[in-house]
Amino acid sequence: MDKAKQIPIYDSARQGSPAVEEMRSVLKYRYLIVQLIRRDILTRYKRSSLGVAWTMLNPLGTMLILTIVFSRAFGGSQEGYAAYVLSGLIAWNFFAQSTNAATLHLVWGGSLLKKIYIPRTSFAVSATGTGLINLLLSLIPLLLVMLIIRVPIRWTIIFMPIPILFLAMFALGIGLLISTMAIYYADIAEMYQIFLTAWMYLSPVIWSPEILPEVYRLWITKLNPMYYLIELFRMPIIYGQVPDINLLLISAGIATITLFAGWMFFTSKSDEFAYRV
Amino acid sequence: MMNEAQTGSDNQDTVIRLEAVGVRYRIASERVATFKEYMIRRFQGKIALGDFWALRQIDLQINKGEMIGLIGPNGAGKSTLLKLIARVMRPTKGRVWVKGVVAPLLEFGAGFHPDLTGRENIFLNGALLGFTNDEMQEKFDRIVDFAELWEFIDVPVRNYSSGMAARLGFAVATDIDPDILILDEVLSVGDEAFQRKSLARMENFRDRGATIILVSHNMETILEMCHRSVWLDHGQIVMIGESKQVVTSYKDAQGPIDISDGD
Repeated sequence: MDKAKQIPIYDSARQGSPAVEEMRSVLKYRYLIVQLIRRDILTRYKRSSLGVAWTMLNPLGTMLILTIVFSRAFGGSQEGYAAYVLSGLIAWNFFAQSTNAATLHLVWGGSLLKKIYIPRTSFAVSATGTGLINLLLSLIPLLLVMLIIRVPIRWTIIFMPIPILFLAMFALGIGLLISTMAIYYADIAEMYQIFLTAWMYLSPVIWSPEILPEVYRLWITKLNPMYYLIELFRMPIIYGQVPDINLLLISAGIATITLFAGWMFFTSKSDEFAYRV
Repeated sequence: MMNEAQTGSDNQDTVIRLEAVGVRYRIASERVATFKEYMIRRFQGKIALGDFWALRQIDLQINKGEMIGLIGPNGAGKSTLLKLIARVMRPTKGRVWVKGVVAPLLEFGAGFHPDLTGRENIFLNGALLGFTNDEMQEKFDRIVDFAELWEFIDVPVRNYSSGMAARLGFAVATDIDPDILILDEVLSVGDEAFQRKSLARMENFRDRGATIILVSHNMETILEMCHRSVWLDHGQIVMIGESKQVVTSYKDAQGPIDISDGD
């Protein structure tokens, strides 16, 4: 007891709620999160000559194709379609990549989880972190495209952190839900891929809601959480508007509830992971 | 609970205490690996959950500075017991109490990323073990010295020989001052020179007062290194006591044919 060094004591009988414990652990292991993000960024493009530039070139290329192919079909009347579709893609890619990576990394890290103690949410949190860095990088080509096609960049851009935060919370929540299920059933990851593709086409990524027939509009927009999040994402940057308060509140609600649900679900099951992976 | 906590603080020497610990694996009688399969079977009403107790009624106290051996056939529950102590798993029943920093030895190189250099992997692996960047910075030179890898430290690990990777993994994992060290059959990896080096490091830990738990199928190692041993079988403690006696009884029980099997 008189030792200067503080001796940690672990007592399985005296553990608080798993959700809170996990949060504490993640804070304690923040260096691990940083290292995992670093690893993802470094290794993703390590063996390519253009390196991190691919983060920006990838959505640009897709935008170019989509603009050429679809600008007449969907939203042909819309000015600045290139910026519209690029912003949609950036938001969507962030969501899709973060949730996918959360699942993959948890399965990859499974062998580690059996051997050493690390916070189990590390993988989902770092996947979202990596996604955030990619998202921020891809805002550069978006601003360039806006300059080129003369979409005005307004001061409202300072609101961008808000939609990005909500998007990240939502992605983390879904990532935790999907990765938990993927631990139990190997085909969940595959099913999620198909689901994601469908979800993207049901979200206003490449089309704008105005082109929807009245009958479907309600179903495709109002009941789709990504509809709100993508619209909120576009508002300050593409539309040059201060985020609408209703949209803001709905998005905040979606983000908070999803993250809460994902975190609770994941941490309630995570003690079993070592048995399953 | 209060009473138990008090007995714990009374005995200064105890670093690990297991009280009536049980671990239950809930397993489907046949493993259902996919969601599709699960749904199909569920509709057919064919999901039968079976309980399997990997550990039952384990009571164990380990004191500070002890080097304790853990023996038993495959599936006896040895690894499960280690996981409980390393916090990887939580007991279904009973209580696990551990005082001090536990250092589980990763299989050498587990958690390495082949595309990252040795240097980058040292920091990644350090973070997995719970160290900060600053702490790893401080350790870095010592680790590379021990692994004898200065020449290759900025080369991606994919270009390392397995021996080099093992050396690096070992150097990172053991450049710590743990109170409790868990060794799960790891001493059998690497060439002879490396094994000697790692053995010396183990002895060094012991001399500094660390508690070491060693799992091995090699009875020579157990006899050589551990004063006390625990014999586990079917999730229960069969015998606990001086290594010599435990190993003798264990060998007798195995019968004349010695089938040495790896995990």
